[in-house]
Order: sequence, then C-alpha cells, then structure tokens
Amino acid sequence: METGVSIQHFMVLSTLMFFIGVYGFLTRKNLITILLSVELILNSVNINFVAFNKFLYPENLGGHFFAMFVIAVAATEVSVAIAIIISLYRKLKMIDVENVNEMKY
Amino acid sequence: MSETVFYILSGFILVFSILTVTSRKILRTAVYLLFVLLGTCGIYFAMDFNFLAAVQLTVYAGGIVVIIIFSIMLTSDLQDKLEAVQFRKIFFSLLAVLIGAAVCITTILNHSFPQITDKVLDSSMRTIGLRLLSYNEGGFVLPFEIISILLLAAIIGSIIIAKKADSN
Amino acid sequence: MENFLYTLIIPVILFFTFVFTGLFGSKFKPAVSGIICTASVLISAVLSYWTAYQYYFIHGKVNGVYQIINVYKIEWLKFNDTLSIDIGILLDPISVMMMVVITTVSLMVHIYSIGYMKGDSGYSRYFAFLSLFTFAMLGLVLSVNIFMTYMFWELVGISSYLLIGHYYNKPSAVSASKKAFIVTRFADLGFLIGILLLSAFAGTFDFNELTNPNGNAILQSASVTFMGLSAITWALILIFIGCAGKSAMFPLHIWLPDAMEGPTPVSALIHAATMVVAGVYLIARLFPLYVFTSPAALEVVAHVGAFTSLFAAIIACTQTDIKRVLAFSTISQIGYMMVSLGVSGYGAEEGLGYMASMFHLFTHAMFKALLFLGAGSIIHAIHSNEINSMGNLRKYMPVTHITFLIACLAIAGIPPLSGFFSKDEILVAVVEKNIFLFGVQYLVAGITAFYMFRLYFTVFWNRDKNYEHDPHESPNVMLFTLIFLAACSALAGLIPFSQFVSSNGESFSTQIHMNIAIPTVGIALAGIILAFVLYKKESVSPEKIKNSLGLLYRSAYRKFYIDEVYIFVTKKIIFNLISVPVAWFDRHVVDNTMNGIAYTTNFVSEKIKYMQSGQLQQYAFIMVAGMILIFLLTLYLIIV
Repeated sequence: METGVSIQHFMVLSTLMFFIGVYGFLTRKNLITILLSVELILNSVNINFVAFNKFLYPENLGGHFFAMFVIAVAATEVSVAIAIIISLYRKLKMIDVENVNEMKY
Repeated sequence: MSETVFYILSGFILVFSILTVTSRKILRTAVYLLFVLLGTCGIYFAMDFNFLAAVQLTVYAGGIVVIIIFSIMLTSDLQDKLEAVQFRKIFFSLLAVLIGAAVCITTILNHSFPQITDKVLDSSMRTIGLRLLSYNEGGFVLPFEIISILLLAAIIGSIIIAKKADSN
Repeated sequence: MENFLYTLIIPVILFFTFVFTGLFGSKFKPAVSGIICTASVLISAVLSYWTAYQYYFIHGKVNGVYQIINVYKIEWLKFNDTLSIDIGILLDPISVMMMVVITTVSLMVHIYSIGYMKGDSGYSRYFAFLSLFTFAMLGLVLSVNIFMTYMFWELVGISSYLLIGHYYNKPSAVSASKKAFIVTRFADLGFLIGILLLSAFAGTFDFNELTNPNGNAILQSASVTFMGLSAITWALILIFIGCAGKSAMFPLHIWLPDAMEGPTPVSALIHAATMVVAGVYLIARLFPLYVFTSPAALEVVAHVGAFTSLFAAIIACTQTDIKRVLAFSTISQIGYMMVSLGVSGYGAEEGLGYMASMFHLFTHAMFKALLFLGAGSIIHAIHSNEINSMGNLRKYMPVTHITFLIACLAIAGIPPLSGFFSKDEILVAVVEKNIFLFGVQYLVAGITAFYMFRLYFTVFWNRDKNYEHDPHESPNVMLFTLIFLAACSALAGLIPFSQFVSSNGESFSTQIHMNIAIPTVGIALAGIILAFVLYKKESVSPEKIKNSLGLLYRSAYRKFYIDEVYIFVTKKIIFNLISVPVAWFDRHVVDNTMNGIAYTTNFVSEKIKYMQSGQLQQYAFIMVAGMILIFLLTLYLIIV
C-alpha cells in the first residue's frame, strides 16, 4: 500500500457525496430524481465500507460483503419504488413530490 | 494506488454527482448518475476489489439505471424542462448540507486512525466464495440467504403494486 | 355446642338471596322470587330461634351473668395498634333479642307481601330489596365495631330509600324517599363526627372495649373539656343526633310520616319494627359509656324522648290518614323507649330503665307490625287510606277486626296484653328518677289510648259508608300473619324479660308495682271511653270540639308547621346564601377554566397543525437539520 492516499481521503470523498445526495433529496421535485439522490447516498456509504475494510480491518472481508449486500438491497428498493411511482402516475398523471401529500392534518 | 488516480476519480465522481442533483432535464440526470456509478466502480478497481467492482457494474450500472431510464420514459415527456426550484428551498437545504458536511469533515480530519501495516488484504475469488458460503466466524451465509428471500419478496411486491387494477 | 359459627348464615344467606333475586328475579315468574326470599328468611328465623335458645338457656350465662360473645372478629382496616375496623358477629342479650325480633317480623312481612303485592309490576324487585334490608338490619345489630355499625346504618338507610320509593312513578313517593334519605343522612353527619371524636379520645372503635366498665374508654374519659362538657359527652351527644335522625325524634321526625308513601308491608317492617329502633338500639349498645362518662348526654336523651312523645301523640289525634296516625304513634312510642333509656342507671336493679326500654322495643315491634299489616289489609279492601271513608268494617272483615282490636288494646296498655307489662316497667323506671318526665309520659299514655281507639272506632264501628263493592276479607296468607302477630302481642308480656336482658348482663326479677299500674290502666280506660263516646256512633261532637279548639286543632293537624319551617330554612337561607354563590362559582369559574384550557389547546393546535403538511421534503429537511444540531451539541458541548 503506497503512502499518500489514506483512509481520510476516502472518507472525505464519501462524506461529500453523501451530502450532495442529501441536498438532492431535499431539493428536487420529481420523484424519480429523488430516487436518484437516494442512490447517490447509498453509493457513498458503499465507498465508506470498502475503505474501512481495506485500511482498518484487512484480515476479513466484512466491508466488502456488506457493500455487496447494500447493492442488492438497493436494487430491491429501486424496483419497489418504481412500481409505486408507476401506480401513482396512473392515478395522478404527474409525479411531483408535492402532490403526494394526503397524510396530513 | 497513487494519489493522482484517486484525485481524478474523485473529481469525476463529485462533478457528475453535482450535475445529477442540479440538472433540469430529466434524462440527463439519469445519465449523469450512470457516470457517477462508473466512477465508483473505478475506485473499487483501484482498491483491488475486483469482484465488487464487477457486481457494481452489472447490477447498478446495468440494472438499476436501466430501470430508471425505462420509468422516466414511461412517466414524463423527455423534452420538458423541470421547473426551477424556489430560492427558499435551495437556501435552507444548502445551509443544512454545508454545515453538516463541515461538521463531519472536521471530525474526520481530527480523528487519528490507527495504521495497520502487517496484515494483507486477500480479495481473490476463492476467498470470496469460501467466505460467502461459510457458516463459521467471518462467514456470510445467513445474510446471503436472507437477501435471497428479500429479493423474492421484492419481486412479488413490485408486480402486485404495479399491475393494473382489475376492472371487472 | 359452644360454637355459634352458624350465626354467620343468618345475615349472609339474605345477602345472597338479594344478589340472586336482584340479578335473576326477572327471569322467573314473580311468584318464584317471593318464595325464594321467604324461604331464606325462614331459614334465618329458625337459626335465630335456635341461637336464642342456645344463648339464653344453655351457653350464654357464666356465673349468672350473660357474656358478650364475639363469634367472628376479622380485622379489616388497621389504622394503628389499637384502632382498627373489624368485621364480625357479636352476641349479647340485646343483639340476640333483636335478631329474633327482626327475623320474625321480616318473616311475617314476607309472607304477608306474597299476598299483598300480588300483581304488582315490581314484585321481584320488592322482594330483593326486602332481603337487602333484612340483611343490613341484621348486620347492624350483630356488629362488633362501631364503624361496622355505621356501614350497616347507611346500608339500612339506602334500603329504606329503595323501598319507600318502590312506586317510583308516583312523584309523592319519590320525594318522600328522597326526604327520608336526606334527613337521615344529615343526621348521620353528626353520627360520623361523634364516632371520630369518640375514637380519638377512647382510642378504639371496638364495642367490647368501649363498653367495658373497667376499660380505658370509660376510665380516662374526662380528660379534655370543651365549653364545659367533656369531649366524650360531645361525642355521645353527636351520636345521639344520628340516632335521633334514624329513630325520628324531634326535630328530625319529618321524614317518617311521608315515608308512608311506600307499600304498607314496608311500613310495617321498616318504619315500625326495625329500622326506627336502630337509634334506640345503638344507645343501648353504648349504654355503659353513656352512663359512666356523661350523665349530661343521658339527660338530653330523656328530655328529647319525652318531648317527642308528647308532640307526636297530640298530632296523632288529628290525622285522618290511617297510616299517618300509626306513623305518629310509632314516633311517640319510640319517645317512650328513649325516655326509659335516658333515666336508667347501670346494674341489675338500677338498670331497670334499660331493661324496660328493650322490653318495650320487643313488644312494640310485635303490635306495631300487627297494626300496620292490619291497616294494609284494610287498605287492600277499601283502596283508600282515609279513615273518613271507612266505617263498620267489623261486619266485612272479622279476622282483621279482632287482631286489630288486640293490637289496640296492647298499645293502650290494658292487661294482660304485652303492652301493659312493658309500659308499666317504663313508668316505674321513670317515676323513681324524674317526676316531671313521669307526668309527661303518664299523660301520653292516656292520649295514646285515645287516638288509637279513635282510629279503631272510626274504622270498625261508626256508620256504614257506601262502598263501591263490598270489602272482602284478605286472602289466607295475609290472615295467617295477622293471627300469628296477634298471638305474639298477647303473650309476649308473659316473658320474664328481666331474666334475659339487663344493662350489665345479670338477671334480676321484677314485679308489677300496683301503685303505678292501677293509675296507668285508669287513664288508658279513660281515653278509651272518651273515644267510645265520640266515635262509636256517628255524631257531631267531634266537629264541635274541633271548631272550639280552633287554632290549636289546626296547628296540630298541620303537624305544627315543622315542615314549613324546614322548607323556609332550606330555601330562603341555605339555598340563597350558600348554594347560589357556590353554584355561580362552579358554573363561571370552574367550568370556564376547563373551557379555557380546551379553547387554548384548540387554538394552539390550529396554529401548529401545519407542521404535519404531508410534504416529504419538509420532513426530510427537519430530520437532517435536527440530526446536525444534535451532532453539534454533542460534539462541541461535550468537548468544550
């Protein structure tokens, strides 16, 4: 392992990606773009896991497998989310997040 | 890996992720996400996690982004420009995000991580295969089985949610 | 057998009968509930007779003195080492005697009611409440502890309320039952304060210790004084106020005439034989305490009793409702019992007044119950209570006539019926202590004979009124009870009561004092002859006397306007000065505070409901911002 790239580089990268994803989640109007921001967040977390595995616990592959499971779950979640979005689209003819607001006062 | 490779890849990732969250045309956001995923995959390759990178390419870039593009085409007109977001929303979100990032980064940079140089990372296919199906310590067969059930449930669930309501 | 454990069945079987009949009575035919209740009272009565036989003749006496036996005593609530509320059964001469009286009269009333209440829509409810009442009364007399007495006292009051208000569709019955309950409850306030005072100074609630002549309660009683009388005296006077309410002494007698709105068997059971003597019973129970620690309280008892006796007798001469005459007669006779207790001493011969009072209670229960049941028989036949619409009934109802005559002779005090013996003992006891009270009671004896025979002659002799249909004699089931009670009234006087009941348990013997007995019989005969002259045949003399007495007659007829005084005090004084401001405060201050709290809650929630907007991104923003805030606080406040 060469010097120069330490764990903190990866963690800073992952943090920035995470907060960019959060910004996207809070700001975007279309439901699908919100979903894309969630994918950004998940990816940042994956990078974090992998970096921990390589730099702090190289003897077992926990971080590697966890990242794999996160990818699997992310796939699952996207499919269910798309199903919901499609059935919402059928009902409301538009998929702005402001129209999905019936659970309120 | 050398620092250069790292900085190129991370710059690539960050630029495209910012573009994802601020672009006004919807198909372009999906494509920018695809590039972000490719960048991440590059990082994995550079860290010797070959299998994981391959999984990322296949599942994420090849599966998820494709689903998303299909659904974009089903639900919106590609020529539309998305509305601009209100200034109030941008301001507050930006504020929260920047403060959060600052807090996290400060904490990370101030923490001293231990240096471990004696152990070596072993990420060959053989080791991954053995670990995945081993039920001893360090084995991951239980999450493996659970994930398979989860996937089954998700498939069934999505079909049921998305099918057309019976009108008879 | 020495153990009296079976006495537990006597009250408890009636309680279970009440619960059973109350819950399931409407599912059977009405006659079934009557039979079940009567059967359980019969069992109680038989067991009481057996207990009395065992207690008086076989086991009760040790060295010639009747013992107080605690059959059960279970500690229920403990306040400190000496003060606790116990539940149990206590047998001593007066409680066994009362047990016999209550179960016998209750049995007669149950049998009578099977005939009298036939066809009534509330038949099984009536019998259930009768069982409840009998249970409560038995609990009262058998209680070991003054607080237990208080509990059963209240329960008796409630059963009385339920039974007086049996015809709940009649507004007069409803208001009469309310009046009875409220007046007795008000008197029970005095009773409760008296109990608390008594227990504070005597240190115990238990009857055994309160009445032990060598016990703490009596020996250390004169310690604290207040306005010239010791604290125990005040406590006993307050307890007497409670007794006065329950026993209808002046001025708390107003509820008893109105309580005649209930069915007549109820009047016989409750308001003649059992509940109204509960006050007398309690004073007899606490008698050692009264006699040793506060002669002043006994003076109060005696004078109130004498005044009430005279007062009620005068009013009874003018009333025209048959049941009201009998109600005032009850008040007058209870006055006799109170006077007798009030002048009594403690000991065998000294306690003659005590014995005479209990004897009169016993005989009075028999003949007063008989009078009421006979009146019920008459009312059942004529369908009216007014004596002016009755006449010459001896032709139509011979059995009722003979039994009623026996009862009237008994109450007037004609030998050899029971009333003569008990009244004679009372007058002997009073004459030795207080000549003035003796004079009053002597006069009342004459007036009693007069008004009872006025009633008798007006109803059974006099002119035959034209009835819609000929009055017929009552069914046999009712006649049986009348005959039984007539036999008791006639023969009860022959019981050598002083052998069994006395203030300290020793038996003593009494004889008839001719120098008192002969003048008493004389004045009674004078009253009877006066009534005979005025009322046997129809004449105008009563009218002329009434007009000549004018104002005196009118006031007596209106019961001396006591009810009007009560209404004035409550409406003008208590309502206006106390209730109206309190009601204003309640409606405007208390309610508006609650309304204000509700309004504020509504207002605030209207304003903050927008936090639940349903907007996903708003929720996410708040979550993220909150999380960052917590991070900042944790990291920097802890480090700094």
